[in-house]
Amino acid sequence: MIDLQTFREETRDWLEKNCPKEMRKPGDVTWGGRNAYFSHPDQELWLKRMGEKGWTCPTWPKEYGGGGLSKEENKILQEELFSIGARPALASFGIWMLGPALLEFASEEQKLEHIPSIVQGKIWWCQGYSEPGSGSDLASLSTKAVLDGDNYVVNGQKIWTSNANFADMIFCLVRTGPQEPKHNGISFMLIDMDQPGVEVKLIKLISGKSPFCETFFTDAVVPKANLIGEANKGWTIAKRLLQHERSMISGMGLSAGGGESKKVSGLAELAKKYVGVNNGNKLDDPILRSKIARHDLNSRAFGLTMQRMGEEMKSGGPSSTASMGKYYGTEQNKLRYEIMLEAMGVQALGWEGEPFSPEELAITREWLRSKANSIEGGTTEINLNVISKRVLNLPD
Amino acid sequence: MSLLLNEEQQLLKDTAKEFVQKNAPISHFRELRDKEDKLGYSKKLWKDMAQLGWSGILIPEEYGGVDFGMVGLGCILEETGRKLVPSPLFSTALVGASILAIAGNDKQKKEFLPKVAEGKLITAFALEESSRHDPLTIETSCKKEGEKLILNGKKNFVLDGHIADLLIVAARHSEVQSKKGGIGLYLVDPKEKGIKLSKMNMVDSRNACRVILKDVEINKEDQIGELEASGIIEEVLDRAQIGLSSEMLGSALEAFDLTLEYLKERNQFGKPIGSFQALQHRAAKMFSEIELTKSSVMGALNAVDENSNDRARFASLAKFKAGETLHLVSNEAIQMHGGVGVTDEFDIGLFLKRSRVTEQIFGSSNYHLERYANLSEY
Repeated sequence: MIDLQTFREETRDWLEKNCPKEMRKPGDVTWGGRNAYFSHPDQELWLKRMGEKGWTCPTWPKEYGGGGLSKEENKILQEELFSIGARPALASFGIWMLGPALLEFASEEQKLEHIPSIVQGKIWWCQGYSEPGSGSDLASLSTKAVLDGDNYVVNGQKIWTSNANFADMIFCLVRTGPQEPKHNGISFMLIDMDQPGVEVKLIKLISGKSPFCETFFTDAVVPKANLIGEANKGWTIAKRLLQHERSMISGMGLSAGGGESKKVSGLAELAKKYVGVNNGNKLDDPILRSKIARHDLNSRAFGLTMQRMGEEMKSGGPSSTASMGKYYGTEQNKLRYEIMLEAMGVQALGWEGEPFSPEELAITREWLRSKANSIEGGTTEINLNVISKRVLNLPD
Repeated sequence: MSLLLNEEQQLLKDTAKEFVQKNAPISHFRELRDKEDKLGYSKKLWKDMAQLGWSGILIPEEYGGVDFGMVGLGCILEETGRKLVPSPLFSTALVGASILAIAGNDKQKKEFLPKVAEGKLITAFALEESSRHDPLTIETSCKKEGEKLILNGKKNFVLDGHIADLLIVAARHSEVQSKKGGIGLYLVDPKEKGIKLSKMNMVDSRNACRVILKDVEINKEDQIGELEASGIIEEVLDRAQIGLSSEMLGSALEAFDLTLEYLKERNQFGKPIGSFQALQHRAAKMFSEIELTKSSVMGALNAVDENSNDRARFASLAKFKAGETLHLVSNEAIQMHGGVGVTDEFDIGLFLKRSRVTEQIFGSSNYHLERYANLSEY
C-alpha cells in the first residue's frame, strides 16, 4: 500500500485530468444501463473514466472491477471528490444494495458476470421485493418460481419497484418452496426485464410523479444460473440486502442536514428568508425558531451517531443498528420538510405555475415524496420491531 | 475527531465500572440517604477515589494531578451516574479544579490544586442566585474598601456548599449595568465571618445549600486570576455541562437497563410484558435517544480536549440531549415498572428524582435549546 499522502496527491492529479468541468457542478446523475441516458456528453465520459478506474465502487475488490481501496484511501478519494464539487458518476441500486449482497453470497462465476457491469454502470438494476399482499410482512410473498429443465418459470406481481420502467434487470425474491414454512421457501434470483413475460405499469404518487411501478411476471424465464445462493435459502440474502438498503436510506437523513456543523443551518436560513428577523436578529417566529433548533440539535446528534457507528463497525458491513438509523433518519427528514412548509406558508403549497419559484415547487414535491421515506425499505414500525427484538432482546 | 474511546480511556472506564460496582452500588447512596448523613457522602469513598487519581483527573501533573482530560473524567462520571454515587467529583474535581487551573494565578494553583488532587480540599462554586440557571444575572457584589474586598449577596443552590473547605464566589465587581461582563471570581473561606450556610434538602438527597454573604471581608489576593472572569465562567460552565451530561447519560443507561430487565421478567396475561408491542416500540425509541445522547456527549467531551472552537455549541448539544433523554427514560421507567415503580423500595424512583435535579443544574434543555439557536445566529 502506498502511503496516504502520496495517494492523495495522485488522486488529486487524476481527478484534475479526468473529471470534466461540467461534472464539477451540481446536476443530475446518470443511472447508466443498456440504454443509458446522459443529459450531457461529459456525463458519459465521467462514468466511463470512473467505471474503468473502479472508483464508482471504490472499496470493492479489484478482481471484480472495483477500486480495491482501503477504508482510509476511500475517505481520501471522497474528500478529494467533495473538494472539487464533483457529482457522483453513477446512481445505482447495484452499487448500494445488490453488489454488497453478491460479494457476500454469489458464486465466483456470478460475481465475475455481474459485479464488473455494476461498477461500470452497464446494467440498470431494480429491486423486486414488495408485493400487493406482502408489504411489511415481506416473507409472505407469493410470486412463484418453478424449475423447468435449466430454467425457472416465474409468475406473480411485484410492487413499488423503483424505476422498473427503465431497469434492465431486477433482483427478486420468489417462492420456490411453497410447502416450506414461509421464511424457508424463498429464493433470491436475478431476472432480465427484457422479455415478453415481464410487464411494467407506472404508479402515480401524491407528488404527481411516478418513480415506482408495478411489475408483472407471466411465465417469465430465468436461467438456473441466475439463482443466488441455494434455492429456498434466499431469506438470509434478503435480510442482509435490507440492511444495506436501510443504511442507504438513513444516509438521506444525513444529507438533509445531519452532519451540519456550520453556523447557520439550512432550515434557519430558509426560514429567515420567509419569516424575517426581529430587532435582536432572531427569527421572527419564536415557536418556529424553537422547532428549528430542536431539529438542528437532533440532526447533529444523529450525524454524530452515524459517525460513531461507522467507526464501531468492523469491516463486515452494516449492523443491526442500521434499523435505528433508518428509523431516526427518515423521521428527521419528514420533520424537516414539515418545518420548511411551516416557514414558507402558502409558497410551499403550490402545485405548478408562475407565482411559485422552481425551488418552491421542488420543495412541495419533495415534501410529498418524503412521506414514503418511513415506509419504503421497512417501515418505522418494522424497524422499531427489529430494534426491540435483535438489539434489546425483548421476547416474542 | 474519533467518537470511540482509545485503549487507555477504555481501561479507565472499566476500572471505574468495577470500582463503583464494588464500593458504591446504589445501596451505598441509599444508606447515606436513610441515615440522613450530615455530609451526604462517604469520606472513605472519596479518599479511595482520590487514590485512583480521580480527584486530580483534570489537574496538570506539575500540580499533582494526572491530567487525563475531559474524556477521561466523562468515563468516570458515566459510571458514577449509573449508580447515583454521591461524591465531590463534580463540584471539586471538575468545576473547582477547572476554575483554579484555568484562571488561578501561580500562587493559587500551587496552594490549592495539589490539595484538590489529593482529595483533601473540597470546593463549591457559588454562582446561581435564582431558581433557574442564569449565569449573567448576578447581584452579589464585591466592593473595594482600602486593601480589603467586601462581599454581599445571596447564592442559591450551591452544590456541595455546606461541606466545602473553599467557596468560589462569582460577584459583580463593577456597577456597569451591562449584563455581560463585570463579574469576578473570589476565594472565600466558608468559616469567614458574615457567611451563613443553610443546607437545601433536595428531592434527590444530594448536597446543595444556600449561601448568604453579609459584609464578608476578604483580601485582594483572594481574587482568582484577572479581575474580569466572565469568559472563564463561560468556559468552566461548558465543561461542567458536558461532564454533567456524562453523568446523566450513565443514569439514563442504568434506568433503561433496569427497565429492560423488568420487561423481561414481569409476567402478565401469561407472558412477559416485554413481548407487548406497545412497550417494545417505546423501548426502541428510548434506545435510539440514548444512542444519540451517547454520541453527543462523546463529541462534546472531545471538543473540550481538542480545544474546538465549537465547544459552546457542543456543550449545549450534550446538555440538551442528556436532559431530554434522561427526562424521557426516567418517566417511562416508572410507567413500565407499574405499581412497584412508585414504591420507595425499588431503585427506579431514585433515578426520577435525580433526573429532575440534574436537568436543572447549569441549564435545562430549554435553556440550551435557546442558547444553541443564539450561538447559531438565528
